Amino acid sequence: MVKITINGRNINAPEGVTVLHAARENNINIPTLCENEAVAPYGACRLCLVEIKTAKGRQRLVTSCLYQVEEGLTVQTNTERIQKIRKMLIELLLARCPDSDVIQQMAKEHGVTGGRLTPQTGNNKCILCANCARTCEEVVGVSAISLSKRGVERELTTPFGEDNSDDCIGCGSCSYSCPTGAITMEDKNGTRKITWPHNEMKFKMKKCSVCGQFWAPVKQVEYVAKTSGTPVTDYDICPNCRE
Amino acid sequence: MADKKQKEVVKQVLQKHQHDKALLVDVLQDIQAEIGYLPKEVLVETSKGLGVPVSRVYSVATFFKAFSLTPRGRNLINVCMGTACHVRGSVKVLEQIEKELKIKAGETTPDLKYTLETVNCVGSCALGPMVIVGEDYHGEMTPEKVVSVLANYK
Amino acid sequence: MAKLKSFGDLETLKKSITGKRDPKKSVIAICNGTGCQAYGCKSVTAAFQDEVKKQNLADKVDVMPIGCPGFCERGTLVMVRPQGIFYQRVRPKDVPEVVAAIGKNSVVDRLLFTDRQTGAKVTHESDVPFYKKQRRLIIGNNGLIDSTSIDDYLAIGGYNALAKALKMKPEQIIDEVKKSGLRGRGGAGFPTGSKWETTRNAHDEVKYIIANADEGDPGAFMDRALVEGNPHSVLEGMIIGAYAIGSHQGYMYIRNEYPLAVKNMRTAIQMAEEYGLLGKNILGTGFDFTLKIQRGGGAFICGESTALMASLEGKVGEPRAKYVHTSEQGLWGKPTNLNNVETWANVPIIINNGAAWYSQIGTKGSKGTKIFSLVGNITNTGLVEVPMGTTLKEIVFDIGGGIPKGRKFKAVQTGGPSGGVIPESMLDMPVDYDELTKAGSMMGSGGMIVMDDKTCMVDMARYYTEFLEGESCGKCLPCREGLRHMKAILTGITEGRGKKEDIALLEEICATIGDAALCQLGASAPNPVISTIRHFRAEYEAHINEHKCPAGVCKIGAAAVK
Repeated sequence: MVKITINGRNINAPEGVTVLHAARENNINIPTLCENEAVAPYGACRLCLVEIKTAKGRQRLVTSCLYQVEEGLTVQTNTERIQKIRKMLIELLLARCPDSDVIQQMAKEHGVTGGRLTPQTGNNKCILCANCARTCEEVVGVSAISLSKRGVERELTTPFGEDNSDDCIGCGSCSYSCPTGAITMEDKNGTRKITWPHNEMKFKMKKCSVCGQFWAPVKQVEYVAKTSGTPVTDYDICPNCRE
Repeated sequence: MADKKQKEVVKQVLQKHQHDKALLVDVLQDIQAEIGYLPKEVLVETSKGLGVPVSRVYSVATFFKAFSLTPRGRNLINVCMGTACHVRGSVKVLEQIEKELKIKAGETTPDLKYTLETVNCVGSCALGPMVIVGEDYHGEMTPEKVVSVLANYK
Repeated sequence: MAKLKSFGDLETLKKSITGKRDPKKSVIAICNGTGCQAYGCKSVTAAFQDEVKKQNLADKVDVMPIGCPGFCERGTLVMVRPQGIFYQRVRPKDVPEVVAAIGKNSVVDRLLFTDRQTGAKVTHESDVPFYKKQRRLIIGNNGLIDSTSIDDYLAIGGYNALAKALKMKPEQIIDEVKKSGLRGRGGAGFPTGSKWETTRNAHDEVKYIIANADEGDPGAFMDRALVEGNPHSVLEGMIIGAYAIGSHQGYMYIRNEYPLAVKNMRTAIQMAEEYGLLGKNILGTGFDFTLKIQRGGGAFICGESTALMASLEGKVGEPRAKYVHTSEQGLWGKPTNLNNVETWANVPIIINNGAAWYSQIGTKGSKGTKIFSLVGNITNTGLVEVPMGTTLKEIVFDIGGGIPKGRKFKAVQTGGPSGGVIPESMLDMPVDYDELTKAGSMMGSGGMIVMDDKTCMVDMARYYTEFLEGESCGKCLPCREGLRHMKAILTGITEGRGKKEDIALLEEICATIGDAALCQLGASAPNPVISTIRHFRAEYEAHINEHKCPAGVCKIGAAAVK
């Protein structure tokens, strides 16, 4: 354990955890959009910046989702400088995704009204945090979607920007991991539809042979059977009926 | 599906680089040098050959400026937009070419004769504005001169 | 050629190379750098080869294609040695006369350089004003060798430093580099010796070294000139560094837009391998080191060390936070030492001459020389190598020959797109890392873009912002979105749609990007805008309030320069 202080509070944090993690464990709120504990830290949204002073006296701004706690660290999460940065970041987000409820709510909380920057259209609520792509790669192991192009042209897409791409198994993890609701998933009449900011896919669902519910995309079931080396017939019954 | 010739190119390039995933950028460069651009089928083939997800290959192929996913013209025109060329008027030269060829930077003429691109400094700053066609360097370009230079490339 | 298996073998080889050379023979050295290729130096070189045969002078005269000696403005450059005659703007039709003159021991007057100040013709290379105030420790050798010949490099003392270093303890070498005061020539100016030491001390068996030759600053081409013109000097520095650090595998990341640099470096590596100066058991010492070239894909961001390493791993060039230094966890998570090409090329000089000698050159905090590429509205475009601490005025006016076409100096941008502009009032500033940073700019890789009074500073700020917007990797929010809006605002101002609040809004976005961007490319991206607002605010105001571009560049009812 290492001793640190956050906003004047003395805290014991396990070695190796990030400042953000330590703050969360102690109910200290640091805003973030791209952080997701299921995947490796990325540091793209910059909202979780905090001011630190090391035991040696070095002061600077760091990304709390990446910076690890260390003995004698002093952290300030909400100084005037931090507030100024966050406000501008939120203003930039609001111009990028004016139609996102999550961003609008965040702007409200931080007193950002917007209007100074020209709002964009066509980003469809996507802030390019890559939570979806990182989850698909690191958790699911499929890498069906990725960030393509670079800079201001960057987009979250399937390979070649095609609808109904080969690789996606339809698990929907991307939609669960999306912080702004840019990826949606809808199961209806035996079909699952996943909508990304620029592409969409439809999947046939598997019907449980006991209860008759559509419980998972056929493609996902096949993928799980293949990777776990079990026969596809093992998955004829849904998890609920199996219990 | 990639045609036979393209498949063979991918196979040879991958062999040359010993199927080393780390050399993806180099691999794509060599393939593009042979085929002229990076067709979808070739990227899929490369992904299989290296054991790298297609999404990663696609990300890399679209991230770097050196790669083109669409066919390119027989003559690649690069207009240097480096700072030295900029202060010497490269924007006007580029605009003239765009007008002349009726395409924008990054595009190819429908007859596949020219592809127009921009480059950020080739280091021939004494001769700016520079226009490079294929491997030929043309210095001290003006909107007037560049038209006659282009006429030499069929 | 059998591999060299000992220091003695190297000595013997050197003697046999120099022994075969006839000191009485003249050499016609022709610049074959990319800059001169635009002037047609290849046909000039071919013409010399033909003409020497034609005039039956083959036993008296050698023809040697050389690397870029720096004076690009006057290409194609031709030097006749040992006489030291300097010809400029040589075209194929001039060749017979030049060759005949060598036969007659005379000089072709009309091809000599004319000193603008005095109107006198200058015969000798060393008297050309452009070269006079320079101290060309690093780039000077470009003019003495055919870069595709390892024997040429050996003949001028090449690989002596390697032999010397391999007899030293690694710690001694690091100590020498530390004492020399050498700082990274690629941008940030981090002390090279300390970086080596951290990598050496990192706990891992496997360590990598990298040479960054992804020279992306528009208007900077000193690294290209070194890789093209003297690749072995870079290699020698790297092999010494690898030995000091304890690395057995290195990478050279070369910008793809530099085909000749890639070609010449490939040749150099192959030759060094054939001689046993690279590869297994170098010079019989038991030290192994191999070097691979990787071509960049055309992304400015890959000049940033973590983005470069990501690209070397076959991924997109996205940087990561450097809370753990790359010298501890870099390429493939292994300790990695990355230096820029020019930094590596300094190493043999330090080892050969010693830290005490080297540290006499330069200023208190910045030792040695620095190569600058002097471009833009300047009379003598080219590469300039001067001791650290030389003033901007000396570089721009004494060496660069001032501003052409009778116009006035307005500003100089240093540090590339991430640097800032320096106005006329600061011309007496000695150029070193710390002074440039104090002035709100930076050393960067050494680009110097000179702007005359017909340059619009708002347009320049827009140009750099547009460049950076196109080169931002897009990973972090403030860089990607901030630059997008900055460009839009600046474009608005240059097109006459500027609003009163725009300057304050730009400053606010700049501050956020500077504080919050993930990497140095982002954090320094606002510099051109900040520095032009600081020094040329009136120009912004003229665009916004009066809808006028004082320099007459922007397409809004331009007013002519007074």
